[in-house]
Amino acid sequence: MFLEQLLNGITLGSTYALIALGYTMVYGIIQLINFAHGEVYMIGAFVGLFLVAMGANIFLALLGAMLFCMLLGMTIERVAYRPLRGKSSRLSALISAIGVSIFLSTLMALLAQTNTRSYPEVISNRTFNLGSLELSVLQISILAVAAILMIGLQLMIQHTRLGKAMRASSQDLDASYLMGINVNRIISATFAIGSALAAAGGVMVGVYYHAVWPYMGMMAGLKAFAAAILGGIGSIPGAMVGGITLGVLEIMGVAYISPSYKDAIAFGILIIVLLIRPQGLFGKKIVKKV
Amino acid sequence: MDAFLMQYIDPYYLRILVLIGINIILALGLNITTGVTGQLSMGHAGFMSLGAYTSAILSLQFAAPFWAALLCGALVAAFFGFLIGIPTLRLEGDYLAMVTIGFAEIVRVFFLNFEPGGKAVGLSGIPQNTTFGIVLLLVIIVIFFNARLLKSRLGRSMYAIRENEIAAEACGVNITRIKVLAFTIGAFLGGLGGALYAHYMFFIRPQDFAFMQSIELLNMVILGGMGSIPGTILGAIILTIAPELLRIVAEYRLLFYGALLVLLMIFRPNGLLGDVRIYDLRKRWMNKEVGA
Repeated sequence: MFLEQLLNGITLGSTYALIALGYTMVYGIIQLINFAHGEVYMIGAFVGLFLVAMGANIFLALLGAMLFCMLLGMTIERVAYRPLRGKSSRLSALISAIGVSIFLSTLMALLAQTNTRSYPEVISNRTFNLGSLELSVLQISILAVAAILMIGLQLMIQHTRLGKAMRASSQDLDASYLMGINVNRIISATFAIGSALAAAGGVMVGVYYHAVWPYMGMMAGLKAFAAAILGGIGSIPGAMVGGITLGVLEIMGVAYISPSYKDAIAFGILIIVLLIRPQGLFGKKIVKKV
Repeated sequence: MDAFLMQYIDPYYLRILVLIGINIILALGLNITTGVTGQLSMGHAGFMSLGAYTSAILSLQFAAPFWAALLCGALVAAFFGFLIGIPTLRLEGDYLAMVTIGFAEIVRVFFLNFEPGGKAVGLSGIPQNTTFGIVLLLVIIVIFFNARLLKSRLGRSMYAIRENEIAAEACGVNITRIKVLAFTIGAFLGGLGGALYAHYMFFIRPQDFAFMQSIELLNMVILGGMGSIPGTILGAIILTIAPELLRIVAEYRLLFYGALLVLLMIFRPNGLLGDVRIYDLRKRWMNKEVGA
């Protein structure tokens, strides 16, 4: 029973982690809480559903949704954030992000109606036993896809030229610009990668819970933001650990405390963690200087 | 007063005027915490909710007089504002924003499971004691109090914290006390606004005070211009009227609303009145007068 809940928690948590990565990467570079990120995740889930309904293989649908959201993320950055950069406070960019979020969720509600759509069963729900633990093919697929994406991201950040430029930009945007890094292109790429990961999370949640609806982005976005903060915002391993921790705690809370307090448990734990470690689990302690 | 106004004003317009008044009170509260002191709070609806439920339960179960219900609602919210103010001493920026979001969500889930609050169904049959006259009176009192506060020693210390915490501390500003106080005062006004809202709407549910409501209030403060009283009032007026005006586009309403927020931020990145000071305008006008 406990192990099963743990596995459910890790599955849920890995989708939170995928969304949280987008938050943390964007935050690391331009210190913006990209509130439209939850909506990108929702649209990813819908694009995946659309492709599956067209008869595409689920993995093809996953790739299609990721590609679509890459373009979407880059467009959002170009239209709503770039014109504000450098000439306004961070809070104006935040409002712009909220505007985009409202715009996208309403647009989707108009296009797809507000009711819940259900995903067809694309990955068999067959289960097999491993000792006392019951595993389903679906869970394993989700965990595998999440693991591949996260390892791929880590390799890319650590070993490619683009990854190096992204790390440099997150340390000091102005200095990177002086070193000849095309900062605008790096920011665009960050949005593209973050959005693709969110889309993958969306498709996987759709397949796992068999349901997508236009307003699913808000709560998922908040939870993923909480996960990014929990791990220490700006830290990529932090977002992964934060997402999985939050997912496990939430499932445990539902199983052992009360399902009606599901959302409160996650946020309650987050507040307690922040009171003890104000910089999150993996965040760097900021030394205040004059 | 309301009966008198009803003869001249359409009830629909009167309703919008009352809502503008309530939103001004709520937004001015958030303005003290976020606009003036610079502590990003994204959970103002949580305080609103506490004020609304406390006052509604007092009115319904204990038949408390309206003024007492309002005051208790505001005081309960202020107490929680005080509690939330304490972590701000250790947290900064977005970490703080997350704690306030979490707080408001916990409050929402609490009322969703709270028996005397009618759980998810909410409370109905709250006496409609909030009238235009009362709201107008309270708005004037709150604006007066705000204007005095911001000109006082306390208000200047708040601005100093927003501009530079370390410099403020070095000048002898007691940061601990003032940050907690900023949250307490902001929450008090949040609770007051919530109590007025409950006694106007007749009916409240936990989802009336969800994340989107906090965001809407934050929009009013930022849109108008952080820390400026006329700006915040203007923001509250515009964002209360905008959804009503956009009713002509029916189901595309929120689509336009979202696009409007983005465009306003692109063309007025510091808020509508963020870089305009009424005082300077007056001075400029007076100088011109003298010059001519």
